[in-house]
Amino acid sequence: MRVIRYLLSNPMSLFGLLLLLGFVLIAVFAPMLAPPQEFQMSPYDTPRAGFWATPQPPSDVARFGTTQGQYDIYYAVIWGTRTAFKIGLGVVAISVLIGMTVGALAAFYGGLLDEILMRIADVFMAVPFLIAALVLTAILGKGIVPIMIALTTFGWMGYARVVRSEILRIREMDYVNAARSYGASDLRLIVLHILPNAFFPVLVLATMATGSMVLSASALSFLGVGTEEGYADWGQFISYSRNWIVGQADDPFQYWYTLAFPGAAIFLFVLAWNLVGDALRDVLDPRHQA
Amino acid sequence: MMTYALRRLLMLPVVLFALSLMIFALQMSLSPTQRLAAYAPSDDYLKGGQESIRLMIEEYGLNDPFLEQYGRWIGNILQGNLGWSETARQPVATALSSLFPATMELVVLAFFPGLLLAIWLGSRAGIHHNRWPDHVIRIFTILGWSFPTYVFGLLMLLVFYSTLDWFPPGRLSQWAVTEVTSAGFTRYTGANTIDALLNGNLAVFWDAMRHLIAPVITLTYVNIASITRVMRTSMLETLRQDYVRTARAKGMPRRVVELHHARRNALLPVATIAGMELAYMMGGVVITETIFDYSGLGQFAAKSASALDFPAVLGFGLYFAVVLVVLNLLVDLIYPLLDPRVKTR
Repeated sequence: MRVIRYLLSNPMSLFGLLLLLGFVLIAVFAPMLAPPQEFQMSPYDTPRAGFWATPQPPSDVARFGTTQGQYDIYYAVIWGTRTAFKIGLGVVAISVLIGMTVGALAAFYGGLLDEILMRIADVFMAVPFLIAALVLTAILGKGIVPIMIALTTFGWMGYARVVRSEILRIREMDYVNAARSYGASDLRLIVLHILPNAFFPVLVLATMATGSMVLSASALSFLGVGTEEGYADWGQFISYSRNWIVGQADDPFQYWYTLAFPGAAIFLFVLAWNLVGDALRDVLDPRHQA
Repeated sequence: MMTYALRRLLMLPVVLFALSLMIFALQMSLSPTQRLAAYAPSDDYLKGGQESIRLMIEEYGLNDPFLEQYGRWIGNILQGNLGWSETARQPVATALSSLFPATMELVVLAFFPGLLLAIWLGSRAGIHHNRWPDHVIRIFTILGWSFPTYVFGLLMLLVFYSTLDWFPPGRLSQWAVTEVTSAGFTRYTGANTIDALLNGNLAVFWDAMRHLIAPVITLTYVNIASITRVMRTSMLETLRQDYVRTARAKGMPRRVVELHHARRNALLPVATIAGMELAYMMGGVVITETIFDYSGLGQFAAKSASALDFPAVLGFGLYFAVVLVVLNLLVDLIYPLLDPRVKTR
């Protein structure tokens, strides 16, 4: 309760929450805001008005203009919201699950198992995240599922570490000993008594990660291994804009709309998560309170 | 302390071994024909039809059991033969060592001034907690955090290259490349700025700097956010300690207490995170170098990874693992200098 009251009273986190609410509404009402046309195989395939390469400025037909290949920018920004939520929440949820399991096992059983699991985490941390995800996506092929698999594979270690250290701290507390003396099983101890208390540090980490996972996913699209051609994905649309932003000698701002709309969408989305995560950290970390 | 550092160092071979196994397993998920490309000396071999492909798979033993192939592969690597990179069209080791100075130059210029700036901003924010400098710095860091590197980079290009024509992409202008490769110019380090200064060629030095400024700003802005955050938190915590209150109660000037008593101790957690940040910067130049068409390790890594050029990927992976371990080790060794209490443990 205290947490929610703080989030609503702090102007920065309130702004973040409102932004998030806005994105949720856009995602939910996407079929009404940008109705897919009948011939589309999937609503995530951005409709195109021809095959001409040069982007076209905003007009009555295409509200935000069209980008390279005549893909409709407005449509992609709207449906890209769903893509962003899917990637961000999906990757983080699965990573948290894996990380929690690994961290809990390592901390609770200790000894050799702890050593092995944490060294595995070390190895995963010793590879540069983006490069590792890039290689894995390149192998798995284009699409949203390969991206999610790749980001999860190299994204669970932080949670494992946090959960492990939290459990090591909590495990020694009296109430846990009390529960054990009642004959509670290991599983019951971990799931019912220990993990709930490790919940908040993980929540902070997960909130901040949701934004950064969307950034990484779009970076993969930008580097050319992300989603399929024309998929409603902000990263891909930003990468389309690249050729039209640089090297237009006479009028560099002629194709501003190719970068501005998808760029603003992803920036605001990540900003919203970071604002909420930052405020959460402030309110949940006792060291921050004066 | 030393035993801890030694343990860290002993971990290196273990990490490298596991890493090589991981990369090899990824590579093995491709079909033998796909993997063949890494072995073929030229494209002609692959165009020779089914029969020649089958023979080559046979010759390189690409259908052998996993462990057998891994053993042969790791044997080669232990002899210093990292393999041939299709993307760079040269041996991986050569490519890595020729690109390393370029990335080093970029990272050093972006990291150290950024670190000082982050420490300054962080301690400002901590001292003026919940007043306007704190708010401004928080907004600045959160914005930096949320900006996708490539959107920021593209904006930099749009403004400073397309519009103003101040900071062009690439590493050097065409005329400077001619100058640098000419006989009169000695390559001491491979880093353009340093070599230009050592050769006394200020025109080339200025040209190299012009190409560096935009990627340096991009890297700095995106990367100082977390150091500033840690510095701020740590400063807040130290300012609340008893010894700080004592110093103030003794009547010492506020500035002296803040800068000499508090800030010095607040730097400890920053040392740890800064080591990590530097390591990630050494691997995180991928996007920045790609946007600014700056031919360093990052661009090479991006190109080779999307082309599934496995020898190059492994080379980059090994390089990064070593960087990470060495930097962590350095931080561990610097730590006792910052905090004498650590020595006694």
